[in-house]
This record gives sequence, C-alpha cells and structure tokens, in this order.
Amino acid sequence: MDLFEYQGKQYFARYDIPVSPGDVAYTVDEAVAAAEMAGYPVVVKAQVQVGGRGKAGGIKLADNADEVRLHAGNILGMDIKGHLVKRVWVEHASDISKEYYASYSLDRAAKKHLLMLSAEGGVEIETVAVENPDAIVLLHIDPVDGISLDVARDAAVRAKIDAEAVEGVADMLVKLYRCFTEGDCDLAEINPLILRPDGGVHALDAKVSLDNNAGFRHPEWEAFRATEELDEREQLARTHDLQYIGLDGTVGIIANGAGLAMSTLDVVNQVGGTAANFLDIGGGANADMMAAALGVINFDENVKSIFINIFGGITRGEEVAKGIVEAMGRVELRAPIVIRLDGTNAEQGREILANAGIPESKLTSKPTMLEAARAAVALANGN
Amino acid sequence: MAIFVNADTKVIVQGLTGGQGKYHGLRNQAYGTQVVGGVTPGKGGTDVEGIPVFNSVAEAVAATGATASFIAVPPKAASAAILEAAAAGIGFIVCITEGIPAQDEAKVYNTLVRDYPNTRLLGPNCPGIISPGKCNIGITAGEIAELPSASGPNVGIVSRSGTLTYQALYELKQRGIGVSTCVGIGGDPVPGTNFIDCLKEFQADPETHAIIMIGEIGGSAEEEAAEFIKANVTKPMSAYIAGVTAPEGKKMGHAGAITSGGKGTAQGKMDALRAAGVKVGLNPTEAGDLMAEIVATLK
Repeated sequence: MDLFEYQGKQYFARYDIPVSPGDVAYTVDEAVAAAEMAGYPVVVKAQVQVGGRGKAGGIKLADNADEVRLHAGNILGMDIKGHLVKRVWVEHASDISKEYYASYSLDRAAKKHLLMLSAEGGVEIETVAVENPDAIVLLHIDPVDGISLDVARDAAVRAKIDAEAVEGVADMLVKLYRCFTEGDCDLAEINPLILRPDGGVHALDAKVSLDNNAGFRHPEWEAFRATEELDEREQLARTHDLQYIGLDGTVGIIANGAGLAMSTLDVVNQVGGTAANFLDIGGGANADMMAAALGVINFDENVKSIFINIFGGITRGEEVAKGIVEAMGRVELRAPIVIRLDGTNAEQGREILANAGIPESKLTSKPTMLEAARAAVALANGN
Repeated sequence: MAIFVNADTKVIVQGLTGGQGKYHGLRNQAYGTQVVGGVTPGKGGTDVEGIPVFNSVAEAVAATGATASFIAVPPKAASAAILEAAAAGIGFIVCITEGIPAQDEAKVYNTLVRDYPNTRLLGPNCPGIISPGKCNIGITAGEIAELPSASGPNVGIVSRSGTLTYQALYELKQRGIGVSTCVGIGGDPVPGTNFIDCLKEFQADPETHAIIMIGEIGGSAEEEAAEFIKANVTKPMSAYIAGVTAPEGKKMGHAGAITSGGKGTAQGKMDALRAAGVKVGLNPTEAGDLMAEIVATLK
C-alpha cells in the first residue's frame, strides 16, 4: 500500500523522525486554518501518488491567507497526470541549506536491506544514479543486526554529507530504519532530507510503501486504507479478500494462484483477446470465494466472456464447481463462462457442473488452457 | 536419484492438527511419503489418524529421526516455526504459508544463513516439492506428476509460481515425459531456495537429463539464473515467464510479482534466458512442446 506524502509524514512522526509542522486539508478553508497553525510562509502541496507535482503546478509557496486561498483553490481538483487532487498538505516553509537523499528498501538479489544515501537530494534518485553514480552510497544491512549509529555515521561521511549535518543525518538514518523495519515498510524514502541554516535536519518529503502482509500487526493502517485510490471493482474485490486488478479488456479472468492468473492473461492476449482484469482467488478458495469472484467480474460492464482457469492444489475442484453453480443461481451473469478445471478433485468438479443443468450457451468446459482461451476470446469478440 | 528429497526422507508436519496441515499431510502420506510425526504445541501425545503428534520439533526429531519438516501454520506463527525446525536440526524445511511479512522473511532467511547453514528452507509461500514415486511434501496433487523412467530421459522442474508448477507437471504428464523432481520455490520476495540452488542440484543429478524453469515478472532472479545457466548448466532447458501482459507498477498477486521502471519485465527475462541458450515458450504449453522436442533428441 502506497501512502500519500502527508500520511508518510504522519507515519514518520510515529518514529520520531522530524517533519515540518503542517496539516492535511480537503477544502480551501481547511487549508487556511492549517496555514495559520503552521505559521507563514507555508507550502501548499498537492497530495497525489505520482511524480512531477511541482512541474505541474501542484506545489506553491504562500505568504498569507489570501495566497493560500488562491493556491489551494487552484490545486484542489487539479488533474496531475490523470490523478485528481482531493487534498493538499499545508506546512511551514523551511529554509533550506542543503538537500540530501535517504532510503531503505529490500534488495531482493542480496536478500538484505539496502540503505541508499546521497548528498545530492531533491532530484530523482534514478537521475543521480545515471548521471553521477558515485554520489550514492549503497550499504547492505543484515536484517538480523540492523544499523547502529556508528555505521550510520560512517555512511553519512562516505556520502559526503556536510560535516555539520553528519550527526543529525546519522540519527535520522537510525530512526528511519526503525520505521522501515518495525513499521513494516517495503520502502521508506526521504527526498529531500534537508539541512537547515540553523544546523537541524528534517524530512521535507515522505515516500512510504507498506507491506500489506503485515497489516495484522498494524491497526493504525486502517486510516491509510480508507484513502487508497481503488476503482469500484477493486473496492468490491477487497471486501471479499480477492486479489483483483482492473484492466481494460473484454475477457473476465478468474484463476487460482498469481502465476496461473498472469499466465491466463498472457494466453488470452496471445490468441487475440484482451483481459478485463487480473483476479487470483488464491489457494484454498472455496465455493463462497468463487461466487464472490464472479460477482466482482459481473460488476464490470466491459466483460463479454468469463474465463475460469483452475488448477487445483489446495483449491479443490468440487468447491470451485459448487461456487459456480451457486453464483449462477444467485446472480444473472452478464457473460458466458468458459472453464478449464484440472488438478485436485477436478473430476468431481466437472461432474457437478455437468449435472447442474446449466445450458451450454452459459457454460462450456474445455480440456486445456489454450483451448479454453480460444473459446473465451471467440465469445468476447462476438464470433 | 532425485534432488533434495527421496524415498528415505522422513517428514514431520508442523501444524498437523490444523485444517491445511492435516489435509495435505495425510495426502502426502497417502502418496507414499514417510510422514513420521506432527508438531502442535500443547497437543503432544495425541495422534492424527495414527500419526503421532509432539509438542516440539526437538521431541519429534528425537522420537522419529525426521530429517525434513512440512510447515503449514498461519503467517503469524510461521517465522518461529521455521527457526524451531532449524534449531532442532531439521535439514530440509518446506513452508507453504502465504502472507508472511517481508521483514520477517528477511530476518528468518539471514538467521538461517548465519546460524543454521546446514538447513535448507523451501518457500515460504510455495507449493512444495515432489520427487515422483518417492516423496511428496506440500500441496501438489501427486497424481499429476509423471513417474521418472528408469532408462530416461527425465526432466527436472523448478518454478516460482504454485499453480504454474502444477501446470508444468501436467504438460509433461500429457506428453508422457518422466519427472525426476519438481521444486516450487515460491513467489515471495525472499525465497529460502532460489532458481540457482535448484539448477545446481539438477545439473549434478544423474537422473535429471533436462530442466524446465518457470519464472514470472518482478525482481531479477531469472536474470541471475540465466547468468548461472550460461556458465554452469550443460543440460538442455526450456522455460516460460508469466506476466508478459502485466501492467507496470501493479503487484500481480504475489508480493514479488511487480515490474517497475522497466525492470523485472517478462521480456527482459526471456531475452536473458534465450541468450543463455534456453528455449523459451510464450505459454506453459509451448514450454512443454519445446521440452518434448528436447527430450526427443535425448532418447
């Protein structure tokens, strides 16, 4: 789950990482109130999960209430690269002496945590990596050991962080690591991490991505979930705990297992069709989940055929079949189903489907993935 | 021969008294796997259809001489279960648990490397391993795996995706091609066993004559495997990479399956594998067809 900047800053604050005083605002009046609290001058920042906000006019400086009104009025409702601005973050404008970069992520190849630190912050780190790779210090951290203040200080020195900022940055690196690990982040990034003329350092931006698997130990994430930008189909899927991603095509896809679901998209594409979605009903899916999955697919008006691709392991064929029969009794599906059922108890599943009295115009069974894909695509394309 | 597990492997099931553990543990036993015990704290002294249950892995190992463990417990308990098995001297751990936090996985992996170098973890979030006719640990339906033929050629399978592992087994079965061992390494960001670990074993296994590899988008494991293949694998290979049509920046179900900034794409992985001499199919059936062609030349 990706957080908005303001949520990231709120999350940082939980781990004592200093951020500018400020607040989130959904209206112009709220923006003015936030500015009064933060103290002028302030920065009004569009809250969207896409880069290039500044260039698009989504970040403005304001010296007084009238200017806040003007800028907040312009920014709220703005479209930045297809993202609608629903809220702004208003914070006290900081005096900046230097801009640095710091982030933690998991290096999957090394199977260790990776600290990236650079004295050249404020620009895209990818750009620095290409133009001046030596300006980035990369440090692997063993998750069993974590990072000590000494190691952090050494990294700061190697990254050529200004001498007066080294202590502050090192302290920040230790706190950010705690946020990254205890806070279960996939990514915790500060860019820029600024040095102020008074010698203090703090986070001027926050990019945080949370690991959904760790949600069970973070009740505080509930507030973040409420603002996640999902389309209606994705919302519906979430309430049923289904892994769903909406796409633009016409063949609705239901498969068990992420790999098989991806592969199903690939095969549909190869035989000339387009997928309307990615939907993984997961291992151990039962009749209820299959019925819910069909409900989600049925919500999508673009769907012209539904391809159910099941290879049972934990998932049992008879459960899948029961779910389909149940769903077809409960809702009028907008599109015919083509199913390919193999693996655990597939024989029983096929029998249940064959004996359910469903007309062939609504449900056909195919023995292989390729044949089923061809049939589903033919239906979707109107042949 | 086979890799990692064979007819002598003695398996305990951590979580044998739970729904998943019982169902799959008994199925593994019915397949012929030596399932010698189960572990559930507080339920020691009971049994599940005749399989004795112990309070701890250490007790189970002492009583049964188990060498492998099948872990089927919820995400919250999985990390501790893995480390308990390693501490009790288990050499091969299969963890099917889905949804373990990435931070826990990274910690467990590095703890194993440091403190228990002789323990191999397969998974988490993997379907398990099957050496057809000898041993099946995990959730694979044993009947879809073709038995290896004494005269060969037989194929080894390594896959990052659960259901595509079954698909690969099924493709070979349809063509009557024997399987030496099929390993599902799982799609999580920090797998205990990776492609290269398996490729190394398959290359050394006299019963394996060719290898199928099933990858997916995200990360760089396939690219690293391609480098390894180029330098070390002389057995012929076919492959398939899932996710050619996946949109960028979206997690496709698996935590590990995401492309970003043009990295981790299916195309890049297919190119790397082709450059290493691997025959790459555009879907699982094509990878199976390519393997059938390879096998025909080996006969």
